[in-house]
Amino acid sequence: MGAKATRDSFGEAIRDLGKENPSIVVLDADLSVSTKSVNFAKAFPERFFQMGIAEANMIGTAAGLSFTGMVPFCCSFGCFLTGKYETIRVSVGYSRANVKLVGTHAGLGTGEDGYTQMGTEDMNLMRGLPGMVVLNPSDDKTTRAAVKFAAQHTGPVYLRLTRQKLPDVHASEADFQMGRGIVLKTGTDIALIGTGSTVSEVLKASEKLKSRNPWVIDMHTIKPIDGALIKKLAATCKHIITVEDHNVVGGLGSAVAEVLSEVGFPGKLLRLGVQDTYGESGLPDELYEKYGFSSEKIVERVGELA
Amino acid sequence: MSNFPPLKLSVDELKAVSLECRRDILTMLEKAQSGHPGGSLSAIDLVTALFFHEMRMDPKNSQWEDRDRFVLSKGHGVPALYAVLAKRGAIPHADLATLRRINSRLQGHPDRVLLPFVEASTGSLGQGLSIAQGIALALKLQKKSSRVFCLMGDGETQEGQVWETAMSAPKFRLNNLVAILDNNNGQIDGHVTEVMDLEPIAEKWRAFNWAVQEINGHSFPEIIAALEKSRTEKEKPTLILARTVKGKGVSFMENQIGWHGVAPNAEELKKALQELQGGKS
Repeated sequence: MGAKATRDSFGEAIRDLGKENPSIVVLDADLSVSTKSVNFAKAFPERFFQMGIAEANMIGTAAGLSFTGMVPFCCSFGCFLTGKYETIRVSVGYSRANVKLVGTHAGLGTGEDGYTQMGTEDMNLMRGLPGMVVLNPSDDKTTRAAVKFAAQHTGPVYLRLTRQKLPDVHASEADFQMGRGIVLKTGTDIALIGTGSTVSEVLKASEKLKSRNPWVIDMHTIKPIDGALIKKLAATCKHIITVEDHNVVGGLGSAVAEVLSEVGFPGKLLRLGVQDTYGESGLPDELYEKYGFSSEKIVERVGELA
Repeated sequence: MSNFPPLKLSVDELKAVSLECRRDILTMLEKAQSGHPGGSLSAIDLVTALFFHEMRMDPKNSQWEDRDRFVLSKGHGVPALYAVLAKRGAIPHADLATLRRINSRLQGHPDRVLLPFVEASTGSLGQGLSIAQGIALALKLQKKSSRVFCLMGDGETQEGQVWETAMSAPKFRLNNLVAILDNNNGQIDGHVTEVMDLEPIAEKWRAFNWAVQEINGHSFPEIIAALEKSRTEKEKPTLILARTVKGKGVSFMENQIGWHGVAPNAEELKKALQELQGGKS
């Protein structure tokens, strides 16, 4: 099993797509080396726009490019990108702009740089915009598939990527279908739902929880959320546990809770992730442990459930 | 191949068109009983010159690839755009009566999804110039000779995003981008010079490497000459600093901050229309 940061998968995938599709353009705000858009910049300098440290202008410019037939990918750290919310809301969302927002450095997994560089509210913000597709892939294969999806989809997409390496989870790009959670393990009455970097944590936890035979789900699309799959789990499970490297307010846990509230789920929903607080510096593993969503912590919390 | 050159109306013809548009603006605002007369009247001569003298446009096909583009960044001035689009035959004149009504394509601020010829949805100030830059970049990539015109309010340029674009457009050598600043010196809370002074405006844009021209934004000969000159720029984007009068053309509205976002009542409309007779523009 290999391991790769999903930002690296993106950098390779967007460069490859650039060869096939001459309409693709890429914009970055002085972070191309970090977001890996630099791969595209080197291959297609005439279709790469270095916008400097000015994200709002980058996003508005991308909207204008999209209105004129181009397919722009706008890259920065997720927090810096989604921080320009008002520009995204009007120039991209309300305008139905065909703009792809690529936010790297998702969550506490960003590590030593600390909170100001971590996207821990980005999915919440993007989920609040009508028509925005929010993707949070868990490994190399599904990231490549997500990039391809974004390029061919008409409409705005937020693609959330990691700085840290993630182990391979999926064998094929075909495992990814927008809006359809991937069932990695079918189980009995407990469901573990991960997204992005936490899918591998959830998988590890499931090995230690074999006696309880949990379902394991990769919920790579946060919006539109896979309501059918969640309802199916609600019908068979006593406990549903969501795990995300993101604030539990407004991300995966909230999206699942919204569906469960509609079907009157009688069981318990446990939302693991950043508990409505700010992050800090540290190694990703240390932070996942401290903030309560490492595989060990997941096992511990599931053990508390009857 | 289809070709729709600029109309190149004469100064007298432009005056007649803008006079009629002023009447339409006030009539639709009175009908809606809401909206922004001050900034619509300060902008109407500029918008008229663009659509009736300068821009390539097929009024029957909003998606004609070789059209010039107009981005109204000061979205609240949209009655001026609606009036001109109706006059140009791009939208039915009868639609003006639906301004700001439920289910209307004529939203309180422009909506590119609902109404053809609206190139950008605006109203959240400071965003239009970035969008115009993106359009201009795409046109360059596609080797099109079309140009992009962006009308901004002066108060609007207090937004930081405007200056991000002010920085970037010269870097990309967007000589196909013309920004026009409707400098009526009025914003909701008072005169621009008091709320947050922008002067020296021309020097600021020059320092950002724009080709700056300063004109009287109600003089058609000056507007036309400035637009002509902008065509000759080899590398720089153009900023036309148009000194205008808020509420221009209606004596009791001119330079009155109170008329920024208040519609006239029936009595006031009648008085205004009396002032806006032919030959008195």
